[in-house]
Amino acid sequence: MAGKKYEYLYHIADAKFRAFGPTREEAFENAALALFNVMIDTSNLKALEERKIEITSPDIKMLLVEWLSELLYLFEVDGIVFSEFRIDKIEKIGEDFSLKGKASGVPIDLLYHKFDTQVKAVTFHELEVEQDKTGGFWVQVVVDT
Amino acid sequence: MADGSTKDAASILRKVNDYTWDIPMDYKPGMRVPGRIFVSSKLLESLEHDTLTQVSNVATLPGIQKFAMAMPDAHSGYGFPIGGVAAFDRDTGIISPGGVGYDINCGVRIIKTNLTVDEVRPGMKELIELLFHEIPSGVGSKSKLRASDSELTDAFLHGAKWAVESGYGVKEDIEHCEENGYMKIADPSKVGEKARKRGKPQFGTLGSGNHFLEVQYVDEVYDPEVAKVFGLHKGQVTVMIHCGSRGAGHQICDDYLKILDRATHKYGIQLPDRQLACAPAESTEGQNYYKAMAAGANYAWANRQVITHWVREAFTRFFRRDDLGMDLMYDVAHNVAKLEEHTIDNEKKMVYVHRKGATRAFPPGHPDVPLIYRKVGQPVLIPGSMGTPSFVLHGTQKAMELTFGSACHGSGRVSSRGAAKREFHGETIQKELAARGISVRATHPSIIAEEAPGVYKPSEEVVDVVHQLGIARKVVKLMPIGVAKG
Repeated sequence: MAGKKYEYLYHIADAKFRAFGPTREEAFENAALALFNVMIDTSNLKALEERKIEITSPDIKMLLVEWLSELLYLFEVDGIVFSEFRIDKIEKIGEDFSLKGKASGVPIDLLYHKFDTQVKAVTFHELEVEQDKTGGFWVQVVVDT
Repeated sequence: MADGSTKDAASILRKVNDYTWDIPMDYKPGMRVPGRIFVSSKLLESLEHDTLTQVSNVATLPGIQKFAMAMPDAHSGYGFPIGGVAAFDRDTGIISPGGVGYDINCGVRIIKTNLTVDEVRPGMKELIELLFHEIPSGVGSKSKLRASDSELTDAFLHGAKWAVESGYGVKEDIEHCEENGYMKIADPSKVGEKARKRGKPQFGTLGSGNHFLEVQYVDEVYDPEVAKVFGLHKGQVTVMIHCGSRGAGHQICDDYLKILDRATHKYGIQLPDRQLACAPAESTEGQNYYKAMAAGANYAWANRQVITHWVREAFTRFFRRDDLGMDLMYDVAHNVAKLEEHTIDNEKKMVYVHRKGATRAFPPGHPDVPLIYRKVGQPVLIPGSMGTPSFVLHGTQKAMELTFGSACHGSGRVSSRGAAKREFHGETIQKELAARGISVRATHPSIIAEEAPGVYKPSEEVVDVVHQLGIARKVVKLMPIGVAKG
């Protein structure tokens, strides 16, 4: 498991993945990486444009869905394909969970970017945010394609 | 069968007849009705365990009527299975965005022509190239239509009717759409700003994934009388458009899942899967979703109407004729929830029928079937996957009795996109299809691999189960000769 940021699991019609990290923040960052790699190989993309992201959600699983959904929204509306993600902190404030972070990427250029199928949405199905015995974190997400 | 399949489906299911299998109520605690799966023994072999789980989860929802159902093309999705049909009592039942899906009013339409396959095939490669360029598709594609805010609101409100009134078609088009091209309950004020922002630049685009535009021809006529009523005959070229509500619909579903997630707690509804988030059908939350969903559905009808206009323009330019008889045959939604009247235990009841990957299949004489088709029943349009046949069927009374007036929606996947990309090579498939007389134009080869014919259940097998059950009857088979996809 060492060094592995994410892995894709079998799903017949949609995409399902697990992402890992020594901290919850990193597991969330790697989930974002897994999300974008469903659509395109992000390894050669530059990170020229940045978007700041702040989210508050009633629970940690919802926070994960909203983080990924926000990235998908910015991808579609601002036309940026993201490849680098940084979450400063996930905290519990009162009953809610909040996240502050940023995503960087490059404006979509259809001459260069070869997209596979589009991710339509991030689902709640089989959604997990867990800590393993060694103290590391893993998350699981199914996205609708 | 690959991972995700079941060895014990047969041990869980109780056979009712050759095409009907029930999940008994003791399969899972909390089931209010049994599950019912309409498959042949052959299709049963590829049924995943997850599909059974998802059907039985739906059976636990309040107010569900008769059975939680799965059509022959069913496969596992998220929340409700794809190919799922469930009806909920208006007064005691729920409404759930998970029972509709993200792509609200994903649907299919068929445009007729008076051209023959022999006239069209020689120029097919050039024609499909033209269609591919005229109708934007694929991730990140932008529409050539620059909808203003007020036009977007009108599309949410009046769907295909708005499009026709704005010059994208003729009056007869809306008469040949399910719901006459728009659900009157739609309320654009229930659609959030994000859905508007996603929907605006994508209005007039096909999308990606399994969505496509195909040039097809009538290869076989099963029922000449009904085919005649539908205006279809052997050798005739038709165009099929398969797409939905794009980012607008996805965001509406997303927004309301969060709202209904809270409502589920508020109304004390116990759920086996969070993706089934729902609210009592007549509650404020439930109705707000329904009105926003209807707006999303209308956007999809407007979208298919605008694309139809561009298809007509492209054909006119290509063939240098404007008398090609490009009438809309019909347009169906296969991801939608609707308030309908059904007879349950000899009693007429208003129910919210959720069809997630299922097509309405109303019978002869039903007032919601267009007048010109009323004596034979609603046209039921079943798209194939790339390179495989599509079918036109007609609705029946049997569907009203068995499936709340519903039939299948396609062929149903048997293999994942990831597996498809490993197993198939896009360029090879493109060549194989070309050898069989089918020109495929896609943004790039891996799109073709993801949707290779081998990743779907054979469409013939699925349609034959529907036909044998009698929930819709075969009218014609359509074979593709040109495919454009994003």
